[in-house]
Amino acid sequence: MAEFNLPKNSRLTEGKTWPKPAGNNVREFKIYRWDPDGESNPRMDTYFVDLDDCGPMILDAILWIKNKVDPTLTFRRSCREGICGSCAMNIDGLNTLACTKGMDEISGTIKIYPLPHMPVVKDLVPDLTRFYAQHASIEPWLKTDTPAPEKEWRQSPQDRDLLDGLYECILCACCSTSCPSYWWNGDRYLGPAALLQAYRWLIDSRDEATGDRLDNLEDPFRLYRCHTIMNCSNACPKGLNPAKAIAEIKKMMVARQV
Amino acid sequence: MARTGPAERPLSPHLQIYKMTITMMMSIVHRITGAALFFGTLLLVIALLALASGKTSYAMVQAIYGSIFGKLVLFGYTWALFHHMLGGIRHFVWDTAAGLDRETRFKLAWATLVGSLGLTVAAWFFYLMG
Repeated sequence: MAEFNLPKNSRLTEGKTWPKPAGNNVREFKIYRWDPDGESNPRMDTYFVDLDDCGPMILDAILWIKNKVDPTLTFRRSCREGICGSCAMNIDGLNTLACTKGMDEISGTIKIYPLPHMPVVKDLVPDLTRFYAQHASIEPWLKTDTPAPEKEWRQSPQDRDLLDGLYECILCACCSTSCPSYWWNGDRYLGPAALLQAYRWLIDSRDEATGDRLDNLEDPFRLYRCHTIMNCSNACPKGLNPAKAIAEIKKMMVARQV
Repeated sequence: MARTGPAERPLSPHLQIYKMTITMMMSIVHRITGAALFFGTLLLVIALLALASGKTSYAMVQAIYGSIFGKLVLFGYTWALFHHMLGGIRHFVWDTAAGLDRETRFKLAWATLVGSLGLTVAAWFFYLMG
């Protein structure tokens, strides 16, 4: 059952306003904070970033805050170029990567929250354990019965092309955590990221476990909780289309019945 | 008693903070209109029952449905019907895995809203003029 309200321990409170740097070219940020060692509820802290001293991306700004204002601000980041997926967070109401989102794309105060409807480890760091377990559950590797060939498993260029738009997924979790179906039924619905990967293996010409893979998804929740809300495809920072992948899986389900 | 270990993890905000997109909005409205159609069907059943039980009861239902308030409710019912119908067609298109690219999905979502409002106004225009 969908629970629209936040639990008592999760409701946001007014936070601290940090000192404003000198100069006129200053941008206001409101950022979600929660400290596991403290006693209080999450709060929204206000920071000011000196744009003359800072790079153009959201990640530049929160690193600037961490380095110059508040070293306790906690978030994940690594590659700073949209390939690792670590800095996924909710920026200005939409899930995306902090490193590829420009500050100039947002007007007014920039609000940053952790990925939605997830247990928070600290500040902007969500617990992704279940998300990864769901990815593992679709068995994202090549499964074959035929004895392995002497060299590699061959694939035609045309069959290889079918994997474009699927293999590029970096598992940042922007899509799954943008999905209301995943919010309400994330314990049983696999979510767009895992299903996009499921489809990636379903249409791989070298894979021989298509039937088993479909059997595993034939479930009122695992696959069919997708109600084409499309937040996943709207959010994907890599421009992929999980909603389409899910529709293709549903089509495969029908096709094998007839 | 002093706590040992970290506090219970809070749930990050979701519906409260997520920016509404037109596809998300149309999905929500599809559900609401679907539920509204259940009550709209009751209105139809009441009218049929009144018709079956005689002249006076039918005249009464006609008077209620024909009042300003009654007409407003029926106008809403008409809109819910058209919106849910167009939403159903949109879902049918998406079930074929077509119309899912970024531009088309936004167009289809907007078309559901604009189309349902247009059809409702047109239906009532012909009814009132007719």
